Amino acid sequence: MIELSGVHKSFGANHVLRGVSLTVPQGESMVIIGGSGTGKSVLLKCVLGLVVPDGGTIKLDGEDVSHAEREAFLARFGMLFQGGALFDSLKVWENVAFRLMRGATKRPKDEARAIAIEKLRRVGLGPQVADHFPAELSGGMQKRVGLARAIAADPEIIFFDEPTTGLDPIMSGVINDLIREIVVEMGATAMTITHDMRSVRAIADRVAMLHEGGIRWSGTVAEMDTTQDPYVTQFVNGLATGPINPVR
Amino acid sequence: MILVAPLRAIGQTALQILALLGRIVLFAGDVLAAMVRPPFYPREFGHQLLQIGWYSLPVVGLTALFTGGALALQIYSGGARFNAEAVVPSIVAIGMVRELGPVLGGLMVAARVASSIAAEIGTMKVTEQIDALVTLSTDPTRYLVVPRVLAATLAVPVLVGVGDAIGIMGGWMVGVSRLGFNSAGYLANTLDIIEFWDVGSGLVKGAAFGFIVALMGCLHGLNSGRGAQGVGRATKSAVVAASVMILAANYLLTEVFFSA
Repeated sequence: MIELSGVHKSFGANHVLRGVSLTVPQGESMVIIGGSGTGKSVLLKCVLGLVVPDGGTIKLDGEDVSHAEREAFLARFGMLFQGGALFDSLKVWENVAFRLMRGATKRPKDEARAIAIEKLRRVGLGPQVADHFPAELSGGMQKRVGLARAIAADPEIIFFDEPTTGLDPIMSGVINDLIREIVVEMGATAMTITHDMRSVRAIADRVAMLHEGGIRWSGTVAEMDTTQDPYVTQFVNGLATGPINPVR
Repeated sequence: MILVAPLRAIGQTALQILALLGRIVLFAGDVLAAMVRPPFYPREFGHQLLQIGWYSLPVVGLTALFTGGALALQIYSGGARFNAEAVVPSIVAIGMVRELGPVLGGLMVAARVASSIAAEIGTMKVTEQIDALVTLSTDPTRYLVVPRVLAATLAVPVLVGVGDAIGIMGGWMVGVSRLGFNSAGYLANTLDIIEFWDVGSGLVKGAAFGFIVALMGCLHGLNSGRGAQGVGRATKSAVVAASVMILAANYLLTEVFFSA
């Protein structure tokens, strides 16, 4: 279970997170929605320790993450980055097997490659892709490789940062379905940030809306569709008029 | 107020320079500490040795060749003013191994390597590859910085050594073909005049310059701003900082090695 309590983060005069409190129970898929620049990515990076919060606490299974032993802590996570963040200088299979070839989970090269090919197959990519370099793949394929890398070491918790950004509608649907299947299959806890409402409906057990540095609303997908909260309805329906100022 | 403004500008610049120096020292400390603590990445180190050392050989060699040749012409025409044309082999040799080999080699490596390191790591930063490394339990300092700094520190002295030899050869070629020196006499004169520490000091300088080049490339790459402009600025800053620091370090090391 991930618990965030009163998390604050500023970059200079820009007070991005102003007391975010949120709980993601184990095995649940939480999707965080909100406009661009509302601090969704910063929130994920705070949990992972990539950004150090200015205040508040973040706990994983009751333990404060700032006191956790880094390698063991990070070994529990997988993350799909917005642009894939694949390592250009490594082949596709080496990207997928990166964690498997280093550190505490280190395995022989052949075994790591076999696992990488199996994970690639799981995201719908054939073994012929394994020896390509990331730059030789399309955006959708890179996203799939990023997904395969995120699940390579069977993490307990998976983060998805804008998983469908930059993809065509069909590929977005494919990635959404894959994410849902994988999260259910692995029983993983998932945290996804997106502003794509199709992703929300495909992936989420629960939805939380981040607005002006705090959690404005949270509930199930069904509740999202019936809520009277004007901020949520404006966002969900993509309305130009409403309490959220479109010019930020 | 009008009087205070220039003072404030000077003060701000001085503080910025001190802050930058502080960051460089802290970063260098982190890198040195990471060098002696596992995990180590020998494959990355080997790859960097090839990139930084082997692939810099043509540019360093050509620079040394032309510099040695030009130096021979200059010393000959300068020496002719007081009938000292015969000193060409000695001054070319000492000038190359003590000063021009390491400094010009270092500057050429700065141009070639600091820029490429800063651009590569800067691009990794803006495309979130550095964040991805961290989430995959890999320390970017150990995985990216240490192999580059170690490879440059070891490779640049070798480049300087090869550059010294090629520079002396450039002087010899010009001396024999254009200035009328006897080939065997030129080489004998060169070997007679060079002492161990002339070459050794240049190689030590080369190691220091290699360390500076890779350190500046990595530091500016890791602190790159967003987008193409951010990476461009990081690359430019890395080359400028590496070049200025090489020249400053060259003076300091020369002072330490050769001041009476």
